Amino acid sequence: MTDGAVLRVQDIVKTYGGVHALKRVSLSLEPGEVHCLAGENGSGKSTLIKIISGVERPDSGTITIDGQAHDHMTPTGAIRAGVQVIYQDFSLFPNLTAAENIAMLSELADRRKLSSRRRIRAAAEAIVADLGLTIDLDADVEDLTVADRQLIAICRALVGEARVLIMDEPTTALTHSEVRRLFAIVRRLQERGVAIVFVSHKLDEVLQISQHVTVLRNGEVVASGPASEHTGRSIARAMTGRDVSEERHVDVVDADAPVVLEVEGLGRAGAFHDVSFALRRGEILGITGLLGSGRGEIADAIFGVRPADTGTITVDGTAHRIRSIRDAVRARIGYVPEDRLTQGLFLDKPIADNMVAASLDAYRGKALLLDRKRIAASISDLFARLRVKAPNVQAPVRSLSGGNAQRVVIAKWLDLKPAVLMLNGPTVGVDIGSKEEIFTILREQAASGMGIIVISDDIPELVANCHRVLIVRGGRIVSELAGEEIELDTIQERMAA
Amino acid sequence: MDRLRRLRGTHNEGILVAVILVVIVAMAVASPAFLTPSNFFALVRSSMVPLIFALGVLLIMISGGIDVSFPAIAIFAAYTTIAWSSEASFDPTIVGVFAIALVIGALLGLVNGAVIARFRLPTLIVTLGTQGIIKGILIAYIGSTYISAGKLPASVRDAADAHLVDIPGGGHLHAVIIPVVLVTALVWWMLRYTTFGRSIFAIGGDIEAARRVGIKVVRTQILLYVLVGALAAFGGMIYVILGKNANPQTLVGTELDIIAAVVLGGASIFGGRGSVLGTVLGVVLVQLINNNLVLVGIPSTWQRAAVGVLLIVGVGIQALAAARSKRRAPIVEEGSVA
Repeated sequence: MTDGAVLRVQDIVKTYGGVHALKRVSLSLEPGEVHCLAGENGSGKSTLIKIISGVERPDSGTITIDGQAHDHMTPTGAIRAGVQVIYQDFSLFPNLTAAENIAMLSELADRRKLSSRRRIRAAAEAIVADLGLTIDLDADVEDLTVADRQLIAICRALVGEARVLIMDEPTTALTHSEVRRLFAIVRRLQERGVAIVFVSHKLDEVLQISQHVTVLRNGEVVASGPASEHTGRSIARAMTGRDVSEERHVDVVDADAPVVLEVEGLGRAGAFHDVSFALRRGEILGITGLLGSGRGEIADAIFGVRPADTGTITVDGTAHRIRSIRDAVRARIGYVPEDRLTQGLFLDKPIADNMVAASLDAYRGKALLLDRKRIAASISDLFARLRVKAPNVQAPVRSLSGGNAQRVVIAKWLDLKPAVLMLNGPTVGVDIGSKEEIFTILREQAASGMGIIVISDDIPELVANCHRVLIVRGGRIVSELAGEEIELDTIQERMAA
Repeated sequence: MDRLRRLRGTHNEGILVAVILVVIVAMAVASPAFLTPSNFFALVRSSMVPLIFALGVLLIMISGGIDVSFPAIAIFAAYTTIAWSSEASFDPTIVGVFAIALVIGALLGLVNGAVIARFRLPTLIVTLGTQGIIKGILIAYIGSTYISAGKLPASVRDAADAHLVDIPGGGHLHAVIIPVVLVTALVWWMLRYTTFGRSIFAIGGDIEAARRVGIKVVRTQILLYVLVGALAAFGGMIYVILGKNANPQTLVGTELDIIAAVVLGGASIFGGRGSVLGTVLGVVLVQLINNNLVLVGIPSTWQRAAVGVLLIVGVGIQALAAARSKRRAPIVEEGSVA
C-alpha cells in the first residue's frame, strides 16, 4: 500500500537534551487521504510536524516525498516539495492584507525579486474563487475574524501546488458551523488528491473526517489503522493509556438547594438583552451559543469586565451592583477567562505565586504583612487538591501544559472561596485526559456547595457535565435544557436555528 | 466615510498634512517673515539630513527594531572619509567620496545586522552598544579635530557650493536635494515593489510566521542593516556637505528627534507599519516647529518641549482612534484564541 504514498516518514528519532521526543516514528500518507494524527500534549505530534515541514532536524530517519528521500528538510525545501502546514496560530502577518498573506508564500517559493500588487491580487483571487469563498482581500488580517484568518491560512497553503497539507488543531477556535465549512473544504481538497494530515484533540471530528488514524503517545506510535476500526473511546484509550469516559455524569442537585446566583433582565446595548437565569448551589450550568452570539459578553458582564447597562445580579440573596472586576470579586464571583495565557496567569512566575495572586489580601496579618506560613499551607493544599502535574510549586507556569495551566487558574479562584465560579472555554487547548480531570475537580467543588457556570462551544463536554444548559442566540437566551433534554443534536440545532 | 478614511491615509498621513497646514497658517499669521522663499528653502535645507536618517529608522522600525546607532555610523563614515582624503591629499572626486563613505557605513551596518540577526538580541541594546563603540573608535583612533572648509577635499567644497536656485538677498536651494529626493523615492519603491521590502514588513508583522513561509530572516535582516548603515553614511556626507565642515563631535545625540519624527509619521514602534510619505511629513512637521518657533516669538528653549508635546499628542491621537474603532466594532471574535 505504500507504493502510491506521497509522503512517507520512516523511523524518525528526535531527542531534546537527552529526552526522546520521538522514538522511531513512521507514517505514510496516500494522495487524497485524510490522516488523523492524535495524541495528548507532549506526545510528539508537534515535533513530528516540525520535522516534516523542515523547521526542525531529526536525529535519524528519512522523509520520502514522491519517492525522493531526504534525511532532513528545510522550510523552503518542504514548501517546494509540496508540503504545507497550517499552524494552530495560523502564522499570518497581521499588518498585511489578506491578499498579500495568501500570495506571499508562493512569491517567495518562486524566488521573485519584485513584488507586484496586481499579480498578488490575481493569485489570491484565483484561489479564493477556486475554493468558493468570500474574503475581503484588501482588509488587513488583524481586522478579520478568526474564522476568516483560518480560511486565509488555508488559501495560502493552496496557492502553490500543495500535495500534502498538515492542519494543526484547525478547529480549536472555530464554532460548529465554521467547522462544517472547513470540513467541506477538506473534502474538496481530498477529491483533488491532496493528502491531509489532520491534528486534533476533538475525537468526534477526527472520526468524521479521516480515513486513517495514527495515535502517538510519549513519542511512539501506539495505534495506527483505518478510522473505521476506531471509536472515540478506543482512540482516547490509545492516547491516554487508560479508559476515559465522555459519558454524561452528573450528580443530583438537592431539590431545595438555595439559589446562589440570580441574574434578572441583564442587558448591554449591542451585545445582549433581557438575560435572566438562576443558579443553585451544587449546580453546573452550561452556557453555549455560536461565535458572536453574546455568550462570552454575558459572562464578561457578570464579572464586571464590560459591565451591563441594565438588570440586577444577586449573589446569595444580596443584590450587587457590578461595575468593575473588583465589585465582582467582592460579590464572591470568580471567573476563569477564555484566553488564560494572557488574561489569567503570570506566565513567568511560579505556580505558587499564581495560585495566591488573587487572594493576597486574605493573608494579611495584624501588621498588614503577609502571613507566609498560611500562604505556603494554602498553596500545598491547592497543589495537591487540583493534582497539578509539575515538579514542584516553584516551576514557572509557562512550563506547564494547557491542562495544568488551567488548573492553576482554577486554583487561584478556589483560594478566594467564591460562591460562584464561571469558566469560559475551560478546556480549550486541553487534552482529553486533563479535560476529564478538570471536570472532576469542578464536580467536587459543586458538591461542596459552589455554583458553577461553564461557557463553552465544546458541546459534548457540556452534555457530559452540565445539570442545565442555556443556549444563547443573537444576544438572548433562546432555550433552556435540563436533564435528559441535554443532548448533542438538540443543542446544535437550537444554536444555529 | 470611506472617502474620509482614504483622505486620512493608511498611516494618518492626512491628519499630518492637516496639522502641517494649520501650523503653516498660524505661523504665517504670526510672522510676516514666515511665508518667504528663503524661509521655505531653509526648511528644505534643514529637513534633508533628518529625512535621510529617518528613512533608515523607518526601515528598521518596520522590521520590528529600533536603531540608535545611525548618527554614530553617519559621522564615523563621513569624517573618516574626509579625514583620510585630506591627510592623503587625495581627492577621489565627489562620487568616490560618497562611495568610500557608503562602504564604511555598510560595513558598520553589517556589524549591527550580524549581531542582531545571528544572536537574536534586542535591537535597541545592540545599537546602543555599537553607537558607543563606533563613536569611541572614531574619537580615539581616527581623529577628534574639526576639519574646516579650507581643508575639505576640493570636490566636497565644490559640492558644498552647488546651489540649484539662488534668491537675491540671501537664501538658496541646495543641489543635494536631487540625490536626497532620489534616495527617498528609491526607499519608497523598495518597500512597495520588491520582495525584500515586503519581507521587511512581514518580519515586523510576525517574525516566526516569516520564518515559516520561507523568508530567510537572518539574511534579510543582515541585508537590511547593511543598507541602513549605507543610508546613514549617505546622510552623514550630506551633513558634511551642507555644513561645509567635518566635526566628529556632532550628530550623536540627535537620534531621539529622528525617531520621534518617524513615530509621528505613523510608523509603529512594534513593527510592521510605516510609510515613506508619513515619515517625510513627520520630519517636515518637526523641522517646521524647530525652525520657526523663534520666528513667531517663542524662545528657542521651548523647542525640545514643543517636539515632546507634539510626539505625545500625535501618538496619543492615533492610539485613541485605534481604541475607539475597536470599541465600536460589533460583537464578533469573542472566541478568538488565535
